[in-house]
Parts: sequence; structure tokens; C-alpha cells
Amino acid sequence: MSAQFSGYSADPRIRWTEWLPWIAAIAFFFLLPGYLSLGARILIFILFALSLDLILGYAGIVTLGHSAFFGLGAYTAGALGAHTGVTDPFAQLAAAAALSALLGVATGAVILRTRALTLLMLTLAITAILLEIANKWTSMTGGADGLAGVKVDPILGWFRFDMYGKTAFFYCLAVLFAGWWVVRRIIYSPYGAMLTGIRENTARMNAIGAPVYWRLVLIYTISATMAGIAGALLTQVNQFVGLNVLGLEPSGDVLVMLILGGVGRLYGAFIGPVVYLIAQDYLAKQYPEYWFLGIGILLIIVVLFARGGVLGILDNVFARNKKAL
Amino acid sequence: MYSLETKKLCKSFGALVVAQNIDFRLAPGDRHALIGPNGAGKTTFVNMLTGALAPSSGRIFLNDQEITRTNQSTRVRAGLGRTFQVTSLFRSLPVLDNVALAIAERSGVAPRLWRAASSYKDVIAESQNLLAELGIADDAATRVADLPYGKQRLVEIAIALGLKPKVLLLDEPAAGVPSHESERILATLEKLPSDIAILIIEHDMDLVFRFARRITVLVQGTVLVEGTPEEIARDKRVHQVYLGEQAHA
Repeated sequence: MSAQFSGYSADPRIRWTEWLPWIAAIAFFFLLPGYLSLGARILIFILFALSLDLILGYAGIVTLGHSAFFGLGAYTAGALGAHTGVTDPFAQLAAAAALSALLGVATGAVILRTRALTLLMLTLAITAILLEIANKWTSMTGGADGLAGVKVDPILGWFRFDMYGKTAFFYCLAVLFAGWWVVRRIIYSPYGAMLTGIRENTARMNAIGAPVYWRLVLIYTISATMAGIAGALLTQVNQFVGLNVLGLEPSGDVLVMLILGGVGRLYGAFIGPVVYLIAQDYLAKQYPEYWFLGIGILLIIVVLFARGGVLGILDNVFARNKKAL
Repeated sequence: MYSLETKKLCKSFGALVVAQNIDFRLAPGDRHALIGPNGAGKTTFVNMLTGALAPSSGRIFLNDQEITRTNQSTRVRAGLGRTFQVTSLFRSLPVLDNVALAIAERSGVAPRLWRAASSYKDVIAESQNLLAELGIADDAATRVADLPYGKQRLVEIAIALGLKPKVLLLDEPAAGVPSHESERILATLEKLPSDIAILIIEHDMDLVFRFARRITVLVQGTVLVEGTPEEIARDKRVHQVYLGEQAHA
């Protein structure tokens, strides 16, 4: 299932294994109807992780502030649904995408001139600033109490968000599918190959005449747009948005999810959130005070023994079996 | 008209002067070598030419257009290609992709983000032809990291040639390469199109004297002497500061 490799030598045709996540999602819908809310949350975080993988896994941009876009998208949808009467779900998604893209291009144009620790701190600063704005601007965001009463129309005028999460699940699945399709096209394109080149050897990309900075700003903006859409989905599904969508914590969560699944592998962004959120759900029920300990131990195991995440383990197993044959 | 020209090019790092008033000219089709002992400022000079390093003063011209303040990518698009002293490749990518990245950049394909890269058959065909010309077509699918060092140097040259440069700067193309493979590199260089102006920086004197039609000797950041290989071989100052060192070694 690994799509770690993109570029001119890669076969862009969709392999049968790439349909497995979608089959699994549909099976989840029918087999676990009591967990559809959790399912929708997983799908949203897969989209969020996918957007992070695009910049971290493929372009090599390290960030601890990706929640800035997720949170902006979430609050955009929330503010529209609660204050302005714009309750069409796709209009809310479009607005969230547009504002997140704007923030992406504006911040990317500044911070992508820096590297390493400076870049990391700047990304963190941006999400911290947005968190503080959301905290103080209570008339718009609800502040620490959160923004409740977010109205969202039925999807296409037909499918109302229900308490079992059926509509939410399929809505999130459809948006995720569109996001996956876009990301897949990008990573198999010449632009995706070029991004891999930047990640591998930025100096060489400069030496072959690539305007590296502008190319990074573009992918950062695309990634910000996707993260904003993921944030908007979370608001629409919960019809509520709180401060927990901004700051270090959600940025760290999605980074941990991606590391668990496997960075720069496309489908690592699918596996990571599944492992993380199911572990979180289970551990939070069993050990409400110590569930983070379990996630921490899981992360340590992956970092020490499986650098490529769960997908890395699977790749190694397949490679060994191939050799044995 | 000169393909490449510098006028009084200087570079200092604080009190340390590494290039001083370098006047240098390269005409179309020239085969020129830049030699000098370690620390003479050769790589610094190349880095200033390519834009990786900003000169402290002086001017650089490419095909009579001043490029002193232009960035690296603009210089490359204007026809300036280079290889690196220490191999600088995309190590986890196949050889074909290393070259295709350069060709895609030159031909304007690289920014496209919808069609699959592998559907750009012209880019792939040109990459394969280039690899065939350099004798490494059989390694097209091999990861660069898995190639022997000599072949990696050829991939370096292939990437530079993929840009179709008018001026090619080769920074020690045979460094760290066994002698039989440096023969192959020399054979490759001799087959390059005659209209490309080539500046080679090399410590392998055998390769320099067989390849270059003119040689510039750089010592402590200044041009000591410039001339034909015969003139350089006869020059006592060169023997003293450079060839002499080798004789003692």
C-alpha cells in the first residue's frame, strides 16, 4: 500500500490495495453503527494528517503549527453557521478553505524563508497567536466556552446531520475521498517529484534552477487549504467549536498520528489517525487519567523500533516475504 | 562576446580574503581549467559564479548580461550549469529521476501538478538518451545511493547536461574516482557539444592537461597566471606554488 515513491519512474495507476481503506470505511459503517461519530472524527483527522504529510512527508517542511489552519477553518465554519446565517455546508467549507489558503500564503511567504528550529518556532508562534485571538474575541468565537449553536443545513438539501452520525460519516468520507484524490494527483505529478527533490537535496534543486521558495509556498498553501477544510468538517459534524482546535496540542496530535502511520507514505496518514484515535478512545475509557501515557508508550515504541511507522513495518514484512519467495 | 566574464571579483569573510580582483573570461566553446593548491579559492569562485555565494565586490556577466545580483535559479535558466565538488544528488531516487528532475525544470514541466510525471514521455526519453550517451543507461532504475562513486559522478554530469547549459562549471568531476573511471569521465567530457563553454576545476593534472586548451592558476584568491597548457607547464611560478608541491608529494 505504500506510495512512498513518486516521480518519473513511478506507476501512477491505482493499485488494488489502495482501495482497501475505502472498503474498510464502508464496512465500518455497516459493522459498527454505534461508533459512527468516532468514525467521522477519524476521517476528519485522516484529512488533517494528509494535509500535514503533503508538507512534512513530501516537501520536508517541519511544523508544529499546522493547527493554525485547522483551527481557522473550524472557526470560519462555526462563525458563519452561528453568526451570519451562512448555513450551507459547502459554502462553509469553501469559506474555510479560502481563509485558510489566505493564511497559508501569507504566513508561508514569511516563514518559509527560514529553516529548521527557526521555522519550527515560527509555526508554533502562528498557532499560539491564533489561539489567543480565539480566546479573547469572545463575541465571535465564544472564547473559552466555545462556540455553540452552529447551524448547518442538510447536505445537498436532503441529508440532515443525525444524532447517530450516519450523514456525518458519509459526508466526511466523501470530502476525504476528494482530498485523497487531489493529494495523490499532486504527489505523482512533476510537481510532486520536484517536492521530493527539494526534500532530498534543496541545494541541488536550487542548482538545477528550481525556484524552491515559491514552490514551497505553493504546497504550504495547498496543505493549509486542506487542513482548513478538515477543521470546518469537525465544526459541522459537532456543530460546536472550542479552543482545542488551535495551539500546540492539536498540532502535536496530528504529528504523532502521522509518525505512527508513517511519514511521506500517503497511506501513513490513513493508518496513524485510526491507531491514535482508537487507542485514545479505548484508553480514555479504561484509564481516564492516564490515557496519554498509553499514547506516549506507543509513540516511543514506534520511534525506537519502527521509524517508518506502521506502514514501515508492513513494508519490511512484505520485503522479507518477497525475498523468501 | 564572452559566455562568462568576471571583472575584479572579490570575496572576503571578515578579514579573510578568499578572492581578490579576479578577472576571468570564457568564450563559447572554450575548454578552460582552473587549478591551484588547496584553499586557493577555486570553489569559492565557482560558488560566486553560480550565485550560491554573493561576491563582496566586482561583477559577473553571462553572455554579456550582468548576473552579479541575480539568484541561482535565474542564472541556471540563463544557461549556467554546474556540478559539485562533493557529489550532490537525490540519493534515494532512481538515476532516471535524478536526470528527469533537471530536464523537467529546464523544459517547464516541473511546476505542473495534475498529470502524472511518468506520462511526460519526452522528459523520460530525453533522460534515457542522456544516460545512454554517458554510458549509464543500464543503471536508470537503480537508486543513486546504490551506485558506485564513479557512476555517481557521471550522474552529476548528466544532471548538469540535462539543463542544456551554455556554460558548464565542473567542480572536480574526477575527485575520489578510480583512475580507470576518470578516463571514462574524460571521454565523456571530450564528447560534449563543442558550443558549450566548459570550466573545469580539477586536481588531477593528467586530466587537466589532456582536456583544457587554456588554464588559469589561482593562488590565495588571485590569478597567478593564465595560458595554454604548454605555457603553464613551463611557468616556474606554477612549478613553485603548485606543481612543485606535487613533485614533492
